[in-house]
Amino acid sequence: MSAKVPAEITSVLATDCGSTTTKAILIEKRGEEYRLVVRGEAPTTVERPFEDVTMGVRNAVREVEELTGRRILSEEGIITPRRPDGSGVDLYLSTSSAGGGLQMMVAGVVKSMTTESAQRAALGAGAIVMDAVAVDDGRKTHEKIALIRHLRPDMILLSGGVDGGTITHVVQIAELLAAAEPRPRLGIGFRLPVIYAGNRDARPHMERILGERFDLRMVENLRPVLEKEVLGPAREEIHNLFMEHVMAQAPGYNKLMTWTGAPIMPTPAAVGLGMQTAAREYGLNVIGVDIGGATTDVFSVYGERFVRTVSANLGMSYSICNVLLEAGLPNIVRWIPFPVDEADIRNRIRNKMIRPTTIPQTLEELAIEQALAREALRLAFEHHKTLAVGLKGVQRQRTIDDTFTQTGAETYINLMELGMLIGSGGVLSHAPRRVQAALMMLDAFGPEGVTRLAVDSIFMMPQLGVLSTVHEKAAAQVFDRDCLIHLGTAVAPVGQGREGEPCLAVTLHLPGGKTVREEVPFGHIRRLPLEVGEEAEAELHPARGFDVGRGRGHALRTTLHGGVVGIILDCRGRPLALPSEPARRWQKLREWALAVDLCPRGFLEKLPG
Amino acid sequence: MAHAYTPGLKVSEYAVVRRQRRLPIPGRVLVEQGQRVSPDTVVAEASLPGNPNTVNAAAALGADPSDLPRLMVKKVGDAVKKGEVIARYRALLGLVSGTCTSPVDGTIESVSEVTGQVVVREPPIPVQVRAYLEGVVTEVMPREGVVVEAEGAFIQGIFGVGGETYGEIQVLGAGPDDVLDAAAILPAHRGKVLVGGALVTGAALRRAAEVGARGVVAGGIIDRDLVAFLGHDIGVAITGHEDIPITVIVTEGFGRMTMAHRTFELLQSLSGRVASLNGATQIRAGVMRPEIVVPVDRPRLPRVAGGAGTGRAGGAEPADAGGAGGAGPADADAGEGSQGLVPGTRIRIIREPYFGQLAHVTELPPELQVIETEAKVRILRARLDSGELVTVPRANVEIIED
Repeated sequence: MSAKVPAEITSVLATDCGSTTTKAILIEKRGEEYRLVVRGEAPTTVERPFEDVTMGVRNAVREVEELTGRRILSEEGIITPRRPDGSGVDLYLSTSSAGGGLQMMVAGVVKSMTTESAQRAALGAGAIVMDAVAVDDGRKTHEKIALIRHLRPDMILLSGGVDGGTITHVVQIAELLAAAEPRPRLGIGFRLPVIYAGNRDARPHMERILGERFDLRMVENLRPVLEKEVLGPAREEIHNLFMEHVMAQAPGYNKLMTWTGAPIMPTPAAVGLGMQTAAREYGLNVIGVDIGGATTDVFSVYGERFVRTVSANLGMSYSICNVLLEAGLPNIVRWIPFPVDEADIRNRIRNKMIRPTTIPQTLEELAIEQALAREALRLAFEHHKTLAVGLKGVQRQRTIDDTFTQTGAETYINLMELGMLIGSGGVLSHAPRRVQAALMMLDAFGPEGVTRLAVDSIFMMPQLGVLSTVHEKAAAQVFDRDCLIHLGTAVAPVGQGREGEPCLAVTLHLPGGKTVREEVPFGHIRRLPLEVGEEAEAELHPARGFDVGRGRGHALRTTLHGGVVGIILDCRGRPLALPSEPARRWQKLREWALAVDLCPRGFLEKLPG
Repeated sequence: MAHAYTPGLKVSEYAVVRRQRRLPIPGRVLVEQGQRVSPDTVVAEASLPGNPNTVNAAAALGADPSDLPRLMVKKVGDAVKKGEVIARYRALLGLVSGTCTSPVDGTIESVSEVTGQVVVREPPIPVQVRAYLEGVVTEVMPREGVVVEAEGAFIQGIFGVGGETYGEIQVLGAGPDDVLDAAAILPAHRGKVLVGGALVTGAALRRAAEVGARGVVAGGIIDRDLVAFLGHDIGVAITGHEDIPITVIVTEGFGRMTMAHRTFELLQSLSGRVASLNGATQIRAGVMRPEIVVPVDRPRLPRVAGGAGTGRAGGAEPADAGGAGGAGPADADAGEGSQGLVPGTRIRIIREPYFGQLAHVTELPPELQVIETEAKVRILRARLDSGELVTVPRANVEIIED
């Protein structure tokens, strides 16, 4: 499935068929730059009564046609390439998460080794991992079989063993699969795809055990040797199967596939590519989060390492009660700057779950909703860190320290090395004040030192991700200029101190020659204006015991980037600890809110408690 | 885009409800097209492959896995009984020996010389699909199932727990504001579907289960009472498979919430009739709401009313057919053909600060407006029943018919 890409591209149409909405964007080359021209959207038409995804695509593209006054659709589909009369586009691309996205089960031998690699491969390919079965996962054989029988995945990724190693365990897992005979989610009578990415030597056994009952594919071992993880071939095969099976089963996709100039990509996989493009473009380590109604995806690009995780049950509507369940009420209430009745909050959260399309009307409701978002984001990030870890099972030189401390799975996500935090999803992208999105991200992720903050304005990351596979430059330009809303930069010294004691002194050389000096004591937060596109040369002097990136007490000279929020000097401490005494906590939360202009002053002044 | 408001739940005195009754795997259909069925009629059945049991035979015998095929007393395909010897090891003229027995009745399915495992498959498990509704089989899908069509009253709730059941409707509250408490529930309510008003208490749920009632329908429920009754919290809005003896459906939401008058009066008028109900709720693309279906003959109700919020002439449109193995998503048509919101439309406000209040729409300004949160949204103005005039985001109302 190679891309049908013309040499010179001046206009690109890209759609993302989400589970509820199909979004179309039109990108054009204006002078030397690629820019977003218009966007359109329409309800997705995968489900009854329409059952043809192309209807929603046509409706969304029709909006684009109306807004541009230009013809893009024909009887056959999208007009490509662009015609001399100006109709059509040079390239049409699409992503899709309609119909529940790509749902996979992974299986491996050792939970913390091959199974974890399989999870990374599947998640990175844009799948939802329904469950991960391992020989040593603590479940009894009959429990595993019952579980596998119950799941109805789109495909299974099976791995285990290093090449040339023992085959017994991986064969054992294959025998379990064969005995359980899981059924595919879509379509009676088609063979469930199984990708085998384990010990090469076990391939003949796989053929014998699984070959008849499953659509078996073999790819390179995910862990050919313990020290190496090879995810590419498995991810590629997942994408192929996604096109062949999942997409081909979904209504209308056979038609849509003939329209696109490159293979349709699962939405989260495209978002991952978008994040990687951003990381390359800015030369920074990037963490991105997409918080939806049902799920929250977290992406991290640290150097060459890219990891995606899906917290399938953390979201702002459909799964909101699970946020309550996992975080616990006290963790949610701690972010709310006024007293609340526990039973009332619980009923409110439940009512949001059963009527997910409602929006907060009052500032109290908004505060509660954003408190829930902080916890959903925090939990999703915790989850992400459990998978963004170095390879386990690799022999390392042990120091005397290691003999006394059991260092388990340590994440390589170092918040001091994080360069940019990108948020998307309604609660972040549509927060009434942009500073609310900035503070939610600061509270949930706790970035350290100097970190740029941005939100995805209209969630066109999926379309830009798939575009980056055929035209990286266009994707990067639109990403920076039209997709991201730069909020600004946060400076957060790491350390703890006493309220009011010195924490950070900052000298900012602003554009135009003006110099600003600020001293922020511990326990306080401050916001300074610096517009989008502006840069300030900064000298950051942390007090003794505090670190902004150069070690405790060491100054850092750096460039701070402006944004719609500006510069946030966050001296509330890292890790951020809120006062446990409620009245004191409400006071601090209100003080911080005032300091950054989080919400109308009148609201804060009238709050009870 | 789709409606900016919640279309509202269907509450219909008369509707044609079709439900697909589908087997999870191909099997046999036991009824014919045109046949009348009652809720417990078995319409189709199939045999699911039995549970596989793995036996690590090589380890049990202390033998090498590669020797296992030679040591098997039973071969692949052989039937075995629980405790029957399936493999035996003898060496040194019987001085060293061991046996491996089957853990279950079943059939030997596979013998692995790599892992030393033997899979013994238990006998097939019969699965039956019942009609769920009282009605007529209108379509037979050979080997897969049938479509059952029922004519009658159709009421959707907002949230439910527990699966498909049926029972005689017994209204226990005097009005839609009443609270259904344990004291009102008597042993005579065994097998019944109990209807309360604004709230069902936790004690009432327990009492209903104790006396053997089949279901409870009320306007609201307190979150903590529901969690206590279930014995676990609900994280994600997918319900219907809870292990509870009764099906619970709330029509309005969490907290004490007056049941819509129309719903209450309709249920009152159906008192003594047998209702089919399903608590299954799923809130995401392809929304499924809990439902109550009560067979009512068309002649009894010459005035045919459309579903709430549908404004559909005639109203005798089919409610949607269901998905695999049970009642499917709630009517996909709900709200379609709707007049939508117009001045005078009766609405319920479904979010704070007017949560649960009923009102009439007075004005629908087309342009976006800034609300208290400072968000710019589409709003409407409405007069609450108390007379107060309020502004509310359109996303925070649902249409009702009283």
